[in-house]
Amino acid sequence: MTPPRSAARNAGRAPGAREKFSDWANRHRKWLFAAPAMAFVGVLIIFPLAWTLYLSLTDSQGSVRAATEFIGLENYLTVLSDVERFWPAVGRTLTFTGIALVCEVALGMGIALLLWRPFRGEKWVRVAILLPLVATPVAVGMMWRLIFDPNIGFANQLLAAVGIPAQPWLSGQDTALGTTIFMDVWQWTPMVVLILLAGLTSLSEEPDEAARMDGANAFQRFFFITLPLMMPTVIVAILLRGIDALKTFDILYATKGKGGGSFHEVETLNVYAYGLSFDYNQYGLSSAVLILFFIIIIGSMWLLTMRKKAVSK
Amino acid sequence: MTVLNENTETQTSAGQPRQPRPVRRPKKPLGTRAYKVFRVAALIAVVLFLVAPLFWMLLASLKTNVDIYDTAKSFIFSPTFENYANVLQRNNYFVFIFNSFWVAFVSTALSLVLGVPAAYAMSRFTMHRSALVVLMARVIPGVSLLVPWYYVFSNLKMVGGFEVLILSHMFVALPLIVYIMMSYFDSLPLELEESAQVDGLTPIGAFQRITLPLSVAGMATAGILSFIFSWNNFMFALVLSGSKTKTLPVAIFDFVSYASIDWGGLMAAATVVTIPIMIIALFTQKYIVSGMTAGATKG
Repeated sequence: MTPPRSAARNAGRAPGAREKFSDWANRHRKWLFAAPAMAFVGVLIIFPLAWTLYLSLTDSQGSVRAATEFIGLENYLTVLSDVERFWPAVGRTLTFTGIALVCEVALGMGIALLLWRPFRGEKWVRVAILLPLVATPVAVGMMWRLIFDPNIGFANQLLAAVGIPAQPWLSGQDTALGTTIFMDVWQWTPMVVLILLAGLTSLSEEPDEAARMDGANAFQRFFFITLPLMMPTVIVAILLRGIDALKTFDILYATKGKGGGSFHEVETLNVYAYGLSFDYNQYGLSSAVLILFFIIIIGSMWLLTMRKKAVSK
Repeated sequence: MTVLNENTETQTSAGQPRQPRPVRRPKKPLGTRAYKVFRVAALIAVVLFLVAPLFWMLLASLKTNVDIYDTAKSFIFSPTFENYANVLQRNNYFVFIFNSFWVAFVSTALSLVLGVPAAYAMSRFTMHRSALVVLMARVIPGVSLLVPWYYVFSNLKMVGGFEVLILSHMFVALPLIVYIMMSYFDSLPLELEESAQVDGLTPIGAFQRITLPLSVAGMATAGILSFIFSWNNFMFALVLSGSKTKTLPVAIFDFVSYASIDWGGLMAAATVVTIPIMIIALFTQKYIVSGMTAGATKG
């Protein structure tokens, strides 16, 4: 559409080489603009992904430079039949993500509703919401380590004040995963709040008004009017948060260290794969784990996107 | 106070002609008195829940280790800056602060240079498939890239240098920037550029002189978020940084690899990482919120 115009404009001038280049650039600006970024991502992602896929079919281990042999699907068979580490890690990943998401969306919706209408001191609440979001996850992990310390932590002091016996929190085999979920909820509920609040403020008031006229109470209006209208935004929030929750690494590694603690109590797929690669140098096996992990992520995203399309209609 | 407010509100809405109001104003005075009390209590609880842990970290960083172990001195103690002095001087944290800043700054700047034109092209020419390739970077677990990267970069003798760290952080920043800027360009009307072209600008000229100046706010949003994510990034720096290029999150993590933890020092170190990013966040609130919610409410 544009080349004729610029060609006409340049017709009167001396056809210098610069002119020609800028004409060419304007005509091809679509790819000229997009290609560098795509090339960067392509080289840094697609090529490593292909490599990971290849490594998952070899017996690579020890050193990344060591000679490897092609062993087909053997790594996948090893991983899929591993009920000691792999399947529990899958379970923990799904438990962590599932519980964290449910808590974050429920709490996030509650807080977003509280913030929906204007009020005095709004500014301070907004600041409070921003703080966990920008706090460095490793520092956050360290902070919770102190708070949840069984002997000197504030959490047990608080429990003692209301007469509940001390809990082991992070150091307990059964309580560690729950405690890390709590940390994730603390850090990321604000993000869900921000997304849902943006959705709420963009809703039109008419349906709510009409229901109010018809005498619906606050709960009825929320469950039958606001919530259905908010469903697409809720699913976007789940999608955005879910991807990151599945990949959680910083807080788990910062609080429990290698292997997700001595009994692997918080070892999710990401922590497991990291450990296989950089603590045990089992590159073939870890690559197989990663490919399976990737399939799980893509699969759950796909399911959610389908759900969103269904809801939007 | 509340009763007074209620009265004035009902009076104005009954006595005066309707005036156009901002979208978020309720059309009626809000709820019952009981709900108001509940709302204030709930909001205070939310703020406490979000801020108290950070406050606890700050308190602990001002205590001696003896005081930290004394639960009677939870809130009443004589504050000391000893931990900060230790962390900053003995452990070379100024170097780590510089490293973090440098890596975050350069990777953000380069990602903006690459990402903004790309987002523009993807938005204007609706290159959804191409956009998907770039956005895929947000979905892939970082570990799956680290092994190949490590192999290539250690063969090139680049591991431990700033270049590798910056490249790896750009991998986080670029998709984020493309995502935010795409939704920003989507909301800029096409007519502005078209009329600029009618007035004689080339398409690229129109992008440079019209679209870019108009999207400064969007670039600020994308840049700030990308800086924060890079500052906070842990996993890539854990594998790819060397002793000279170590960033703050890795430096804090090193604190706990010993048998006994120096809690006061650790909390001071953690505070040192979080304070700069929180100050930035406080001054740029509006941008962070718009970045975090970019594209989230579109159908």
